[in-house]
Amino acid sequence: MKGVRYYPGFLPLTVLCLVILYAPLIVVMAYSFNGSTSITKWGGFSLRWYVDVFTGPDAGRFGQAAWNSLTIALMAATSATVIATAAALAMVKGGRFRGKGASFALINLPLMVPEIVTAVASLIFFTAIGLTTGYGTILVAHMAFCIPFAFLPIAARLEGIEGSYEQAARDLYATRAQAFRLILLPLLAPGLASGWLLAFIISLDDFIITNFVKGAGMETLPTAIFGSVKQGIKPNIMAISTLMLAVSVLFVTAAYLINRKGQKTP
Amino acid sequence: MAGGDTSWRPLARPLLIPAWLVIGIFALLPVLLMAVYSFLTKEFRGGVIWDFTLTAYDQFFITRGLFGDEAAQVEWTYITIFGLSILQAGICTALCLIVGFPTAWFIATRPARTRAVWLFLITIPYWVNLLIRTVSLKFLIRDNGPLNEGLMSIGLIDGPLPLVNTNLAVQLGLFYSYLPFMVLPIYAAVERYNFALSEAAADLYASRWTTLREIVLPVVRPGIVAGCILVFVPALGAFLAPDLLGGAKTFMIGSLIEEQFKGSQGNWPFGAAVSMILLSLVLMALLIYARAAAREGER
Repeated sequence: MKGVRYYPGFLPLTVLCLVILYAPLIVVMAYSFNGSTSITKWGGFSLRWYVDVFTGPDAGRFGQAAWNSLTIALMAATSATVIATAAALAMVKGGRFRGKGASFALINLPLMVPEIVTAVASLIFFTAIGLTTGYGTILVAHMAFCIPFAFLPIAARLEGIEGSYEQAARDLYATRAQAFRLILLPLLAPGLASGWLLAFIISLDDFIITNFVKGAGMETLPTAIFGSVKQGIKPNIMAISTLMLAVSVLFVTAAYLINRKGQKTP
Repeated sequence: MAGGDTSWRPLARPLLIPAWLVIGIFALLPVLLMAVYSFLTKEFRGGVIWDFTLTAYDQFFITRGLFGDEAAQVEWTYITIFGLSILQAGICTALCLIVGFPTAWFIATRPARTRAVWLFLITIPYWVNLLIRTVSLKFLIRDNGPLNEGLMSIGLIDGPLPLVNTNLAVQLGLFYSYLPFMVLPIYAAVERYNFALSEAAADLYASRWTTLREIVLPVVRPGIVAGCILVFVPALGAFLAPDLLGGAKTFMIGSLIEEQFKGSQGNWPFGAAVSMILLSLVLMALLIYARAAAREGER
């Protein structure tokens, strides 16, 4: 007799779930190594489209877009992590105070509003206050949008750290600042890392908000890919997609390893 | 001064100031401004004139004929787009639940070592760029794409299945986009589930499926509801799947909104009004969820 954990049909559905999730990605990955200029026929294994990504006619445009994406994601994720850490310390360690509920709702606001609505609202806002849309507007929009994503893992980690560590440090004549820097911050590090990674990937991946607030002539990698795909899926897009896929997998693995390491310490 | 103060309480509000400022100015204020814009007059070539009017909402719900001189009637165009979007998002949520729950259950009941691997496999697509995933799906299911070629080569079909530009393709895209959002919260709930409850039910001669219906589902319900919200809300306002996989007949709310802000054909107040209506629907869904969660907490 099989245990209570077993349900017939659940394994096939799980496999189906994975097939659905992976089939398109694997197909595109495979075709990115296609030697033919046609996206339909298989012309043997080749790296020509990867060479094309870096040296081809579109290399300059995509290179600039990738650079914009990367620098925006770095700055947005870093500032969002700092802001979210301060907010998490207040929300988790600050006890009860007036306005706590409202603060919690405000921090999570970007998660509750549909992305397309945030995008529209941001465009209206930047236009109304007379800011020219471009690099700067993408950056601030991403920063605000990333805060709740950084906040969640940091707050979760902070909840697991008992006050006794800090108290012990204070008992041993550490100043508040020392107790924070030498005790609390290292304990919080895994949360900071996963919060930052999540914010970084959210910014790097964002298409909808960026598309609204980017202005003319400004591109990030997703908007450049979108523009190119509108004219049909070309092989170099598949190579770029595979490269971005590799970056994502690298990040999940990093986040996974950091989390696992974090679980071993208190 | 051993045993010094470790209270963060006096610092709580100062520490929240940056978050208040950034989210307040760049997320809350824009939404409020958008609400104001939905009551303004449209200007040609995009933008607005600061004259307050209900034109945008009127245009959404009511038609007065092509030249505006006929009797007012209900305008069905936009209501139909909303209806289709709600239907698509609803079907997507149901499909995600049907595939997602068994997946989450299966993963949560693996031994710790293999569970991490399964979970890792589910998490990867969740982190891969949604645009790239949607483009990949389009590549796979297009008329002369690998799926159709494969099916034709094994003789299952004679001509390519016309998938792209149909509601079915959009549905497939939505389902594929948001499936991980369903699996992860249900997984978290099942992982905390006390299997002794199932054992007890089995001891009392409940069948497997009765146990699932009567014991498991009520206990893991918060995870299921969270998963449904996480799928339904973004699916309702989805832009990429309908835009890339659909055509003119599969117009959803996201595309309707986007169209109002592109180029000189746009209508900003109308776009803002459509966004407001979408936002109200979503907030209503979240409110129902919050109340259900609160009731759950009381029990």
